[in-house]
Amino acid sequence: MNSDNSLISDAKNTWCPGCGNFAIQHAVKSVIEELEKEGVQREEFVLVSGIGCHAKIVDYFNLNSFYSLHGRTIPVATGIKMANPDLKVICFAGDGDLYAEGLDHLIHAAKRNIDITVICHNNRVYGLTTGQYTPTSPYGFRGKSTPDGIHEPPLNIIEMLLGSGASFVARAYSKKIPHLRRIIREAIMHPGFAHIDVLQICATFFNMTRFYDEQTYESSEANVSQFDVACRTGQQWDYSDQGPIPLGIFYKTFRTPLPEKREEREIDRLKAVRTILQNYS
Amino acid sequence: MTDFSVLIGGKAGDGISQAGQIIGSVFASMGYHVYQYTDYPSLIRGGHNFCIIRAADHPVTAFRSHVDVILAFDQQTVNFHSHRLVPDGEIIFDSNRAKAKGIGVSLASYVDRFQGLPIMGNTAMIGALSGYLGISWEVIEPVLTKKMTKKTEDNLKIARAAFDEILKKTSIDKTGENSRPFMSGNEWIGLGLLAGGLDAYVAYPMTPSSGVLHFLADVAKETDIIVYHPESEIAVILMAMGLAYAGKKTAIGTSGGGFCLMTEGLSFAGQAEIPVVIIVSQRTGPSTGLPTYTGQSDLLFVRHAGQGEFPRWIAAPATPSEAFRLSAMAVKIAWKFQIPAFILSDKSFSEGIFTGDINPGIPDNPVEVSPSFPYRRYEDAADGISPILAPPVHGEVIKVNSYTHDFRGITTEDPGMTVTMAMKRKKKNDALKDLIDNPENVCISGKKDATICIVCWGSVRGQVTEAANDLDVRIVSPLILEPFPIITFQNAMKGVTKLLVVEESANGQIDKILKEHGFFPDELLLRCDGRPSTVEELQEKIRRHI
Ligand SMILES: Cc1ncc(C[n+]2csc(CCOP(=O)(O)OP(=O)(O)O)c2C)c(N)n1
Ligand code: SF4
Ligand SMILES: [Mg+2]
Repeated sequence: MNSDNSLISDAKNTWCPGCGNFAIQHAVKSVIEELEKEGVQREEFVLVSGIGCHAKIVDYFNLNSFYSLHGRTIPVATGIKMANPDLKVICFAGDGDLYAEGLDHLIHAAKRNIDITVICHNNRVYGLTTGQYTPTSPYGFRGKSTPDGIHEPPLNIIEMLLGSGASFVARAYSKKIPHLRRIIREAIMHPGFAHIDVLQICATFFNMTRFYDEQTYESSEANVSQFDVACRTGQQWDYSDQGPIPLGIFYKTFRTPLPEKREEREIDRLKAVRTILQNYS
Repeated sequence: MTDFSVLIGGKAGDGISQAGQIIGSVFASMGYHVYQYTDYPSLIRGGHNFCIIRAADHPVTAFRSHVDVILAFDQQTVNFHSHRLVPDGEIIFDSNRAKAKGIGVSLASYVDRFQGLPIMGNTAMIGALSGYLGISWEVIEPVLTKKMTKKTEDNLKIARAAFDEILKKTSIDKTGENSRPFMSGNEWIGLGLLAGGLDAYVAYPMTPSSGVLHFLADVAKETDIIVYHPESEIAVILMAMGLAYAGKKTAIGTSGGGFCLMTEGLSFAGQAEIPVVIIVSQRTGPSTGLPTYTGQSDLLFVRHAGQGEFPRWIAAPATPSEAFRLSAMAVKIAWKFQIPAFILSDKSFSEGIFTGDINPGIPDNPVEVSPSFPYRRYEDAADGISPILAPPVHGEVIKVNSYTHDFRGITTEDPGMTVTMAMKRKKKNDALKDLIDNPENVCISGKKDATICIVCWGSVRGQVTEAANDLDVRIVSPLILEPFPIITFQNAMKGVTKLLVVEESANGQIDKILKEHGFFPDELLLRCDGRPSTVEELQEKIRRHI
């Protein structure tokens, strides 16, 4: 039994001052505390991270965690959930991590509706590798690998997720913490694949605080189960440098999630092996 | 001594492989030892396919240059393979599609007589062969009934008519021994995994490894395992990491190209100390290579794959019973040492079909050390092995990490801890070495006191053993290639003055490992065309070098 009851570990925090990751950590902590009060056991949570600034979050939580590889949160989380459907599995991914290196997994996770929660720390830059463009950086973004600016438009990840069959799609902003908290909670409680694209401030390499403060607004969630409404909300902002930027749950629907409940069975393995041999004789 | 071979050939789409398997099953049901080789190009329709089915009164894991009967569905089969026929052999051919000296059978006429489907021509061929060989209908009928679950009645009628109407030439009897299980190498591997306590199998299809996936998917319900085919090999190995972290004994399978994609995950398994069993079934490389042909050129790749240094276990079975034992052992080893454990197979073994004699036992579970609390996932120990727990454990935190980490699994860059963790992995390797260095894991065959020795590994051993049968050579074949069972191997090599290596590669692979351990081969007898050698071909080659 761990004597220290804190949700936060004693690992040294190395995020830059002003980094939006603190807010995400804080929001997640509050949600877990809330859920604990409602009877969820702390050890039922498993946090999975990729590699990047965002990923350090798993070291900072005193919770079960799986610090995986760059781009690979989703297959790991999928395996954990399939092994034990009772665990609450949350991915902490970066935009380079999830939308570049591991994009294929995201599409397939949405398609198969695996019952995990994905939080993308979308700072629209590679933070840990000191400032290169990502799939959601705006057109013309000048980074260390693209000094003349990029000539490709950003990927509208919301549209992509809707097109891939995600059953829960949301956007939040690291400076609107109560809103972020509510969305994280709903995502965790959603039965099926839940994705939150969190616009996260990178204080060092891409500080969009003023733009986001001015342009983000909480959009209506009255028609949250209507796919065409979700698509229109998703299309309102294309990750360019022009707002306005809707926040909130854009889409939420019920579709039978993976893994389906496995019935508990007592099987004598040796007997099963013998039967198979018999069938092949 | 009975040693009888049938070659069956035709176009992809003729059902050659299925017909071959049924013929093999007929012999297996009569108590013969059977080996079937299937040769097919990477096409679904049209190309030339053939199988050689060999039945004998002793275990066989190779095929010979000559055959006793050829079953030809088309002219190509006659043209390509007639030279293999023994002097008193027979060609039974489809008289609608081929001309030959032998017995013509109009397959279509049997199919039409019972309004069957064109594919049922192969049923007629099986009937004809059985009639010709004088196998009793009581033997054929149950095998056909079991194997042909669709349109069974029609198939039986077609087979019976062809069986009755062909001239009986010989009379092959039951051996008096029990029917033997007849399964592909991939299936023997899958069965071993199950016996070892497998909970989950994840794979992306890739010849020649897919047979394991298909087999385990087929038996998943009756064995209560999870079988999943995700979007890529990268997903495969990382899903396996997730499954294993959450307590499921997991295996994955692929061939060279897919394994390339897995290497980052492999290194992760080494760093995070997460157990996984990996089946790598080799094809002819490099790159896509010859997808449906064999090779042994991935040994060094599998041995060295992944950045950084971490222990791994690699076993290469050559027989069904070895595949069963080693695959079961792989699960145990992976979980005891929390490392990647490999079964290194190849097309010849994976897709070869063999009768096997095993009495399936379940290997003992290695003693597990119980954890102390508060739990630390990477607690150090004399043998470097930490107690492993899966979440959820009430009041405890279980952290795994791809970064260099401390005992709790939290990232560190501390030089001292970096060394501690490197030594922890090294200690595990040493403990593993001690465990595997025993006579069970080095097979010695041939003339055990001969001074000329052939070293070989994996599927090739079957060919070498038979080829060297009448020769004055010793055959030494390690079953475990990493860590190398060096003391046992040294003992097996005592008195050897000339060392040959037989391997299916262009440059030699195992010779590099032998050199590391102070053994310098005199000759490498290599082959890299993707085709396994017949017993006679290899014998000829060995003769020239001794
Ligand atoms: C396979 C692989 N390629 C490259 C890297 C180097 N790398 C580490 S973090 C990172 C980018 C991180 O960007 P993002 O995912 O957006 O996370 P952030 O740091 O912005 O939170 C890269 C490229 C790596 N660790 N692994
Ligand atoms: S580089 Fe950016 S994302 Fe990374 S810690 Fe600093 S502020 Fe945060
Ligand atoms: Mg980023």
